[in-house]
Amino acid sequence: MYSHFDKKFGDLYTKDINDAFVIEQTFIKAAIKCLKEEDDFHFLIDITAIDYSKFAKPMPTRFAIVYILRSKEFKNTITLKVFVEEEEGALHVETISDLFFSANWAEREVWDQYGIKFLNHPNMKRVLNHKEFIGHPLRKDYPRTKGQLCTKTDDLMDEMIPRLEQKGYKSHEGLMFLNLGPAHPASHGTIRTFVALDGENIVSAVTEIGYLHRGFEKACEDHTYNQIIPYTDRLNYCSAILNNVAFAHTVEGMLGVTIPERAQFIRVIIGELSRVIDHLVCLAAALVDMGALTNYWYLYNPREAVYDLLSKLTGARLTNSYMRIGGVAHDLYDGFEEDLAGCIKEIEQGMSDTLNLVEHNRIFHDRTQGVGIITAEDAINSGFTGPNLRASGVAYDLRKTNPYYFYDALDFDIAVGSVGDVYDRMMVRFEEIRQSISIIHQSMKMLPNGDIIVNDRAIALPKKQNVYNNIEGLMGQFKLIMDGVKVPGKEYYDAIEAANGELGFYIVSDGTGTPYKVKVRPPCFPAISAFPDMVEGGMIADAIISLSSLNIIAGELDR
Amino acid sequence: MAVGAEAIFGDSVVTTKLDSAISWARESSMWPYIFGTACCAIEFMSVASSKFDISRFGAEVVRFSPRQADLLIVAGTITYKQAPILKKIYDQMPEPKWVISMGACACSGGFYDNYTTLQGIDSIIPVDVYVAGCPPRPEALIDALMQIQKQQAQEESIIKDRVNTEFKGRLDV
Repeated sequence: MYSHFDKKFGDLYTKDINDAFVIEQTFIKAAIKCLKEEDDFHFLIDITAIDYSKFAKPMPTRFAIVYILRSKEFKNTITLKVFVEEEEGALHVETISDLFFSANWAEREVWDQYGIKFLNHPNMKRVLNHKEFIGHPLRKDYPRTKGQLCTKTDDLMDEMIPRLEQKGYKSHEGLMFLNLGPAHPASHGTIRTFVALDGENIVSAVTEIGYLHRGFEKACEDHTYNQIIPYTDRLNYCSAILNNVAFAHTVEGMLGVTIPERAQFIRVIIGELSRVIDHLVCLAAALVDMGALTNYWYLYNPREAVYDLLSKLTGARLTNSYMRIGGVAHDLYDGFEEDLAGCIKEIEQGMSDTLNLVEHNRIFHDRTQGVGIITAEDAINSGFTGPNLRASGVAYDLRKTNPYYFYDALDFDIAVGSVGDVYDRMMVRFEEIRQSISIIHQSMKMLPNGDIIVNDRAIALPKKQNVYNNIEGLMGQFKLIMDGVKVPGKEYYDAIEAANGELGFYIVSDGTGTPYKVKVRPPCFPAISAFPDMVEGGMIADAIISLSSLNIIAGELDR
Repeated sequence: MAVGAEAIFGDSVVTTKLDSAISWARESSMWPYIFGTACCAIEFMSVASSKFDISRFGAEVVRFSPRQADLLIVAGTITYKQAPILKKIYDQMPEPKWVISMGACACSGGFYDNYTTLQGIDSIIPVDVYVAGCPPRPEALIDALMQIQKQQAQEESIIKDRVNTEFKGRLDV
């Protein structure tokens, strides 16, 4: 799996208790290069840092950087760790942004949040926090509530001018500068793309994010594991339940528990339903951005039916918080199956109405085919996952490559595109809705009876009956609410296939009921970093449609 | 018995106060600008789509230019980075204008009590109606809209200037 790496760096690394390869700062770049070029670890999942200053166990240095890579077949994952020595009051590590495009923004985020600089990085500036921000908020000594007022928006000329020069524009004569967003109807929340225009053509583009950075990761550090679940709802708010599943699944992996079969099937059913409604809203919005408003009503109204079902099941329309560590919050209600069948009927109707209008529509084809292309190679290099990567022709789906729950027992296909343009991205989503509906039908047939949460006092809350009527139940409830689920001290990464792609959590636990650090690997983040390159050379209208086809959700993008 | 103009012209003329006539027109045709940033914006999409249908209240003409809008709906979390933009958009709206703060984040920061989230938009711009919820149900937003309509019918007058000169936000210098 990593034989070349082993041969070259065998004496230089040590394996720690979390199966991470700890390697010295000076060799890290060479090690990653070797892994990428010789051992086929083509895919950089994430880069993050850990501040050990308040950690229970002593560590060699205060800061460590963690690199997570995945192999060509997407099966194997490798974690590398570097303890960063302070040199003359500064922290430096060599950049790997020339090896992986996705490292560019990931390293900027590490600098922004932890204050570790990457040497030779092309654009070492903040990415989530604003320009006037002082300090690095994810350092343990930064107070959680210390807000800093921002008085002025970044003009982004410091990024725009070098980009224009690279393209041979010495002067700005004849160019018009325009902000698309952050307050723009097609900016999908809060994404800002600053463009230089020659007529209607985009000569150069710079994307700025962070307008919805609301401190999820810092908030996790003083909440118990179950208290974090409502925060995860608001990452990708179009499919809240899949975020719940991703987080709960990761924590269960750390605990080493397998949840009851019924709970697994419920997670699959409700998760796939969430994937469907996520794709519906993406497609509805993308078609509106093209001027095809009718389709918005066709695709959005079935969502209302699903909202009604979710309200009955979870008590909330949008932010469901349906998962618990160890299972799900409630069992399915009586009459769920009929309601579900009704929802699916509406969804299928909406889909076929829409496809009747657009599938063979000349305007739709002209607007979407050959627009916003990203090749398979670039997509992998940029860290694309999910429907966006599959549209480029790479059949990577965690449900197939690393099956969890009962996905290996279910019969479904991975939809792939061929070109990687807007058309492929939209059509892949249409097909995935069909596949998800098929998964829901199969799982409903296989749904077993039984518990919906693990039978373990240290993880699941006791039944209300016991809490009110006996002291043991009361104590169990009290301990679990006050202290949280105690997760063994580990550093752990796990991911599931969310609606937008690989949604992963990297969690560092110190053995208490509160995580020491949580890092989300949102599927949108790498996708938007490649956005400027996708739209340069095209027209403004193409940029709008490219953005909506990527389905950028600001909540998980900025966290 | 009709008097004045109505006595001469019969049923073809209705006399009323100018205030009432203008308020009636205003309240039945609010033009909202959606400052949608997060989850609440998705709920606004529900308000606008056919099941809840904001056009029943005359407010379906969603404008994407603040210059053409008279109702600002702040739907979603406002961060410190976003605050100057929100203020700019508010300033660009012509008077008279109303503001709805939709959802817990816009009202108070919600459960994002941290270094990046503005703890309530009313420290930047004045707010007329607050809507609780995370996110509020579509009915709650419609209720807020009706509250504004009520305010317009009962409290507003064209002689009284609506410009709030007393408000001083954190970004006002």
